[in-house]
Amino acid sequence: MALFSSLSERLNHIFSKLTKHGRLTELEIKGAMREVRIALLEADVNIFVAKKFIADVSEKAVGQEILKSLNPAQQVIKIVNEELIALMGSSNAKLEVADRPPTVIMMCGLQGAGKTTLCGKLAVYLKKQGKKPLLAACDIYRPAAINQLQVVGGKAGVEVFEKGTQNPVKTAKQAVEHARSMGYDTLIIDTAGRLHIDDALMQELENIRKEVSPAEILLTVDAMTGQDAVNVADTFNKRLDVTGVILTKLDGDTRGGACLSIKAVTGKPIKFIGVGEKLTDLEAFYPDRMASRILGMGDVLSLIEKAQEAVTEEQAKKLEKKLRDASFTLEDYLDQFESLKKMGGAAAVMGMMPGMSKLKIKESDFDERKMERMKAMILSMTRKERDKPEIINSSRKKRIAAGSGTTVQEINQLLKQFEQTKIMMKQIRSGKKLPFMR
Amino acid sequence: MGLFGKIVGALKKTRDGIASKLSALFARGIGDDFYDELEEILISADISVTTAEDIVEQIREEAKREKLKDKEYVVDLLKDVIEDTLCEAEVPEIEYPAVIMLVGVNGVGKTTTIGKLANYFVRQKKSVTVAAADTFRAAAADQLTVWAERAKVRIVKHEEGSDPSAVVYDAVSSAKAKGTDVVIVDTAGRLHVKANLMEELKKMDRVVGRDYPEAHFYKLLVLDATTGQNALSQARLFDEAVDLDGIVLTKLDGTAKGGFVISLCGELKIPVLFVGTGEKMEDLELFDAEEFTEGIL
Repeated sequence: MALFSSLSERLNHIFSKLTKHGRLTELEIKGAMREVRIALLEADVNIFVAKKFIADVSEKAVGQEILKSLNPAQQVIKIVNEELIALMGSSNAKLEVADRPPTVIMMCGLQGAGKTTLCGKLAVYLKKQGKKPLLAACDIYRPAAINQLQVVGGKAGVEVFEKGTQNPVKTAKQAVEHARSMGYDTLIIDTAGRLHIDDALMQELENIRKEVSPAEILLTVDAMTGQDAVNVADTFNKRLDVTGVILTKLDGDTRGGACLSIKAVTGKPIKFIGVGEKLTDLEAFYPDRMASRILGMGDVLSLIEKAQEAVTEEQAKKLEKKLRDASFTLEDYLDQFESLKKMGGAAAVMGMMPGMSKLKIKESDFDERKMERMKAMILSMTRKERDKPEIINSSRKKRIAAGSGTTVQEINQLLKQFEQTKIMMKQIRSGKKLPFMR
Repeated sequence: MGLFGKIVGALKKTRDGIASKLSALFARGIGDDFYDELEEILISADISVTTAEDIVEQIREEAKREKLKDKEYVVDLLKDVIEDTLCEAEVPEIEYPAVIMLVGVNGVGKTTTIGKLANYFVRQKKSVTVAAADTFRAAAADQLTVWAERAKVRIVKHEEGSDPSAVVYDAVSSAKAKGTDVVIVDTAGRLHVKANLMEELKKMDRVVGRDYPEAHFYKLLVLDATTGQNALSQARLFDEAVDLDGIVLTKLDGTAKGGFVISLCGELKIPVLFVGTGEKMEDLELFDAEEFTEGIL
């Protein structure tokens, strides 16, 4: 049953078949490309975008170069990856700044895409860059939308300009004046979610745009959007000439194929991605990282960045030595938990790790609370037990369980998991490649 | 009739899409790629790849090669297959007293749907209480209060950031005391992969089961029709957490197809109960497999 297998699993499967042959024939590429196409469709890439993509990749893959190359599977992966990056744009984009302040940023999108939360995130992001942002509430339709923006603004420590349910075009205009007179350098306008086919409401956005001439018109799109993403993005772009796209809710398990479709159909850069519910959960968009993530090759660059923030070089060396000497203990295991926490939690790290989708690790296995319990268990052990877990017999287990408020089964689970981790780390260190690292 | 018109109307844009694609396919003649292209047309309605493959396989078996040329024949066959799949999940009858809890990811339209549901039950002469158990999202309770006023129903709410299970407890306690027919529980949007948030949901589930066992408890997943293949993952994980009784499909008034519900009924056996077709309080319809099929094709 291929339904829930990820794009990477599919591709790995295809390419493992290819690898066996050594050389590629045109027919084989055609077969592989059919699989790639299905994988893309399962990742919500629009059907026409997927077709075009396949055509491009096939053309490159069937060339002489690939037929003569020694490792065709590698070559195909490379081409697929490169084409994905090319499709999503080549580098991350920055926010435009107006010649004369305030720089106006106008948000737009369907209902429930996450605009209001995003306004708060952008405000926090801009503040960090030393800007002085103002938020304007122009969603007069959804009940309590203004309150929501006020609460979000309060959390972000940013003023919210609102004029109740008066005409949003007027409110937007007054907000610009207010920003100018109060010395705000950036104005973020929250607008009501609307269907792209709702002519009256789309007209309202055009009117706001005319009135305040935004430097940025950012289309907010839910990363879980399906085939319809092209219609939505295309219509918004045609009517407003958006300047960029923000993808939200990428902290879910969606493959994010909508991202490819939107880029392909609008040609506009994806500027940011929303990766959580906290106001700091906004990240710059990197096409190369996204391509790897869609392909399940892991977002290794982000992972390395995060690891560098969390672990000092000295710590890393110490750990490596311990692995070499096979003296990795439960004490070190405890340190690992702390590092993982600093890196944004185990789930975040797992998602970025190459081949992890193939290992079928469920986020619930790495639940933060579970980790807290594991920490409690280790902390209830004596120094000697942490160094030599093999001495932990059943009476010791009972004592540890009582001390940490857990059960003997949980202790057993922890010890088993620790052993497995040790084996896995040894394999990685010894350079013996795990099956998924091709 | 009004009912029928609304759903078909909402799906009209969808309808044009698939119908015109099918016509174009037939106009090109039946070639070797016929089944592949048929599959693509189905997938373009957000029907899952596996389900699309299954449907095409059934068509392949049923249709004799010469009959394929007959467009009407293939369309009828498609209709039958899709409708049968949609009917594989049985729709539960709502019995009273009822507790209805809406769950789903962020931004699918849970709070709006609760306003509509409250109105739906009020019109059936039922007494309704809504519980603002989304204590997380800024101003969620304010939003629900507006809906409660519109539908003229009672609301139970606590401070923002308080324990959602406590809101649920209060709501069911007062419903028991007052003999309220329906309690509708709003919950915070949560991504299905967040284990701790799913645990919170399970706790609310337990509170109702434990403190109001005499009520008929329905847990409905709200899904945005704009969603793609991820809808299945959402349904699967929410079902694992709280054992879903059905689906509410929202935002069907856009251009999205919501074809994934076919997979939900066929593979997960979770029925669709209601469909959201607009932003007004009356824009909620009972799901009808025949109408949906009629509309989607």
